[in-house]
Amino acid sequence: MTRPLTLSNTWVRAGLKRLARLGEDNRRLAVLLLLPLLTSACVTISAPDKPIVINLNINIKQEVVYRLDGDAKALIEQNKDIF
Amino acid sequence: MRATFKGLLALAALPMIAGSMFAGPAFAAPNPDYARAKAAGTIGELPDGYVAIVGSGDSMLERVVSDINKQRRELYTATAMEKKATVQQMAFVTGCNTIANTKPGEKYQSPDGTWRTRDASAPVRDTRCP
Repeated sequence: MTRPLTLSNTWVRAGLKRLARLGEDNRRLAVLLLLPLLTSACVTISAPDKPIVINLNINIKQEVVYRLDGDAKALIEQNKDIF
Repeated sequence: MRATFKGLLALAALPMIAGSMFAGPAFAAPNPDYARAKAAGTIGELPDGYVAIVGSGDSMLERVVSDINKQRRELYTATAMEKKATVQQMAFVTGCNTIANTKPGEKYQSPDGTWRTRDASAPVRDTRCP
């Protein structure tokens, strides 16, 4: 079931006129370039459903975290005035 | 090769250690303003191991924050060198602990950057915290 394509948009009409003036090879190329625009006219962008978490920009491996944890605890214990 | 590298590292560290010994008192007297501000929640703990003013502060709070952070940075630097870690890593792991240690009513910052008041439940910390 095909319906005749109605073009109400003058912009599209002008584009088609220009397309008609192009040579055969150029026309093919133009159609090829425009095809993705026609087939994927609707782009959906969905917002993330999880809260955005900004991690500190720090490079640390889990192994280093555990290695330094005892030192950190000792540091706090020995310098209670500033912690 | 490795031994010589270690030797060089130790040589490089020597003047720094010596320098820190003569650079005035390493441990300043307890700052009563800091203790008060911490309890009042006008100064809070950051996930990176330092403190900051919660909301709008004044010049007194700014002084306290910079004084505490300066002392903390010195400690992190010394310990990081000793443990062959970066200052940032040492500060981060300490930050995990200072946030865990906050008492109910005290302020800390969660990884998304919002200030929270510590309650009876566990604080919201960086996922990399132990």
